[in-house]
Amino acid sequence: MNIINILIKNGRVIDPSQDIDGTYEVFIEGGKIQGLYPQGKGPKAEKSIDASGCIVIPGLVDMHVHLRDPGFEYKETIQTGTMAAVRGGFTSVCCMPNTNPVNDNKTVTEFILRKTYAEGSCYVYPIGTITKGQKGEELAEMGMMKKAGCVAFSDDGKPVTDSLVMRRALEYSRIFDVPVISHCEDLRLSDGGVINEGFISTNLGLKGIPKAAEEVMVARDIALCELTGGRLHIAHVSTEGSVRLIRDAKARGINVTAETCPHYFSLAEDAVRNYNTNAKVNPPLRTERDIEAIKKGLKDNTIDVIATDHAPHHVDDKSNKEFDAASFGISGLETAFSLGLKLVEKGVFGLKELIIKMSLTPSRILKISKGTLAVNADGDITIINIGREFTVDAGKFLSKGKNTPFDGWRLKGAVVKTIARGRVYEWE
Amino acid sequence: MFKTKDLLGIKDLTADEINHILDTASGFKDVLARDIKKVPALRGKTVVNLFFEPSTRTRTSFELAAKRLSTDVVNFSVTTSSITKGETLRDTALSIQALGADFVVVRHGTAGVPHFLSGVLKASVINAGDGTNEHPTQALLDFFTIRSHKGKIEGLNVVIVGDIAHSRVAKSNIYGLIKLGANVRLICPPTLMPAEINKRNVEVFNSIEQGIKDADVVMALRIQMERQGKGFFPSLEEYFDLYGLTGERLRLAKDDAIVMHPGPINRGVEIASDVADGRQSVVLEQVTNGLAVRMAVLYLLSGVKE
Amino acid sequence: MPGKEILNSKEIERALTRIAHEIIERNKGTETLCLIGIQRGGVYLAGRLASCIQSIEGAHIDTGILDITFYRDDLYSKKDQPVVRTTDIPFSVTGKTVVIVDDVLFTGRSIRAAMDALIDFGRPAAIQLAVLIDRGHRELPIRADYVGKNIPTHFSDMVEVFLKEEGKEDKVVLISEQ
Repeated sequence: MNIINILIKNGRVIDPSQDIDGTYEVFIEGGKIQGLYPQGKGPKAEKSIDASGCIVIPGLVDMHVHLRDPGFEYKETIQTGTMAAVRGGFTSVCCMPNTNPVNDNKTVTEFILRKTYAEGSCYVYPIGTITKGQKGEELAEMGMMKKAGCVAFSDDGKPVTDSLVMRRALEYSRIFDVPVISHCEDLRLSDGGVINEGFISTNLGLKGIPKAAEEVMVARDIALCELTGGRLHIAHVSTEGSVRLIRDAKARGINVTAETCPHYFSLAEDAVRNYNTNAKVNPPLRTERDIEAIKKGLKDNTIDVIATDHAPHHVDDKSNKEFDAASFGISGLETAFSLGLKLVEKGVFGLKELIIKMSLTPSRILKISKGTLAVNADGDITIINIGREFTVDAGKFLSKGKNTPFDGWRLKGAVVKTIARGRVYEWE
Repeated sequence: MFKTKDLLGIKDLTADEINHILDTASGFKDVLARDIKKVPALRGKTVVNLFFEPSTRTRTSFELAAKRLSTDVVNFSVTTSSITKGETLRDTALSIQALGADFVVVRHGTAGVPHFLSGVLKASVINAGDGTNEHPTQALLDFFTIRSHKGKIEGLNVVIVGDIAHSRVAKSNIYGLIKLGANVRLICPPTLMPAEINKRNVEVFNSIEQGIKDADVVMALRIQMERQGKGFFPSLEEYFDLYGLTGERLRLAKDDAIVMHPGPINRGVEIASDVADGRQSVVLEQVTNGLAVRMAVLYLLSGVKE
Repeated sequence: MPGKEILNSKEIERALTRIAHEIIERNKGTETLCLIGIQRGGVYLAGRLASCIQSIEGAHIDTGILDITFYRDDLYSKKDQPVVRTTDIPFSVTGKTVVIVDDVLFTGRSIRAAMDALIDFGRPAAIQLAVLIDRGHRELPIRADYVGKNIPTHFSDMVEVFLKEEGKEDKVVLISEQ
């Protein structure tokens, strides 16, 4: 499978890192980009790929996925999760630490990386916990985990409820210049809720999670970020209020970045009608008004990154269960780019901006050398036929998690080839 | 008449469908007044009462209704089931199906469970209360009771006072009463008002004195004791002081207003004892009507062809 | 499809008068007699028979209404949702001679249901059956004691009884498929 050198021809090459958008030939050798050449000028290669009608872009980077490995291999493994990643055009993913055991020490970090080396299809960058056991009490060994390969720290899935602990985390992480990724949720306010609080939650008789549950914590963490000078990254922004708080913080020069996920700009709360557990996600799907605010936030760069929060679940934890008991989460790797492309179609931003938010910016936030086709960069490339339509078929996901509210959707932008770790993955 | 084999909620019914159920219930109410209170209408059918929450009143009412229609009734309650052993709801549903049930009457603490079962089961599913979503047969018996006292529902001022946010009875009543043309007023502290309920055609009051004025029907809801100490209101004493249905407050309603309560009653918490037992109270009648309404629902659903 | 008129208003009246006389004669008066009409046509006919008997005998006769919906055996085969109508028997049937009154006797299943229903109200001394039309095709061992008119029909034919109590002109019509 390992190919010495590859020439990708006839594609529209878009590399925002070099401000390139045009027809070039991309030459990869020894797993590294050797250069971009004008049409017909590329060197001879062992393998030649015809990318006519497609865009050729730096491999996508997802800074927020759950690979469930170790501990929940029935939901996903590093093998299946990274296959799903390359299927979705991702060549690098960051795995959240809420595994079993949790990734709160270098041994687990090393395990993940060893397993990735053995069976992963793309690069995996582990995220370590902020606190030991994800308990929100004592700081985890960030330094040793950083050395072992962690690129960020997060107690994702749980907020750090103790403000003093969060303060210490933002302070201490400054040693390593790494982002602290905050799952912003005031658990007292969400109080066991399962969908957005409002007319729909009343109508379905389900317990609501108010937007304030997120916004209160976004505001707190921004204040702590300002206090400490740490690097704060807000995960999965879902509300208009959060966008406003982050925009304001950025305007005041606070070192905060933020991400949202495709479902927060593609679906409103009514997707849970008929008690559809595949639309149960935390934070919950919100209102049209929030969707508009998030689009605006993406457009004006208040929201820096589109990440998937890929949260695969077994059917027994999802649609075989009653709504309250079903797990939160959406299996998102295999639909993310196409959902992002809808924003380009709607004129929210250009294709270049989409690629920036799904590749270059997350790489910069994580300080990993990805998201670029510059000479000597890793030869991570995604080739997408952006005009081609397809129907989402959850049953055919490579992820073990078939839990998507987008099943049956007609989307544009078929990933036809992903090149990662020197291997070429191809689909019809 | 009915579009589906199931009764999942009042939300799904039209005013005509509601009235058809009430008309049919009148026939059964006559049956219940006879010496022989049983008819052979559903002989050979099996009803499974699948209760995941403790309930004596509703379960007994369904059980008796089913028996009066000559069905066989099986009670399947959570304490004797295998739910606690990690069985998914789907597994439970399928094993009930394998028992050959024609009707599954389900109560569950999670909204949407009857809807889930309806998709899995061939049997008719009847919602006997799901989370804080709906309790359709309770609302139907309330409509039946109001109609038998007032002759109609359209144009009546119907007041619901109490823990509306957590009350599936209130929700079903709100949905149905609006469809039937009543003026629905909700009275409770803001902490117990469901989110954005004002988007429905209801009037919202925080003061019982204001809301109860000229009411034709006053429905008091049970305050769950476990709400105490959860911050919804400071104490049961203060709740009664502000929202308790007392004789004095009832005098602000119309003279012939009826007083309803889904039971069981907490005397001195949501309703004063003398009001619960007073001339305007129709609480016990509601219980009797519940039987007739549940017979009507079972009977009509068995006639549905999909 | 216009049907063939088989009884007109006058003929209906004559048939009912004859049945009234037969009932009195057979039961040797009206002392323990009562009439129960089956919803809906039977109710009106029972009313007419009652006033006829009263005008002949000069004595009051108890008349009740019976809805047999809950006792039918075809709930699962009918296309439409059942509509339940009033049952009103404001007297005890125990020890009485009950004459069930219906408009058309066909398979006999309605009468079976009516007898089951009636027995749930008490223990009549005897049950008799009066019908305006007997169209044959019995599926149960049931026969009428008093018949207005016997009409041979095909199974698929329809016999419709129109009565003035429903705002129509009194007549009985036979509608054939061909």
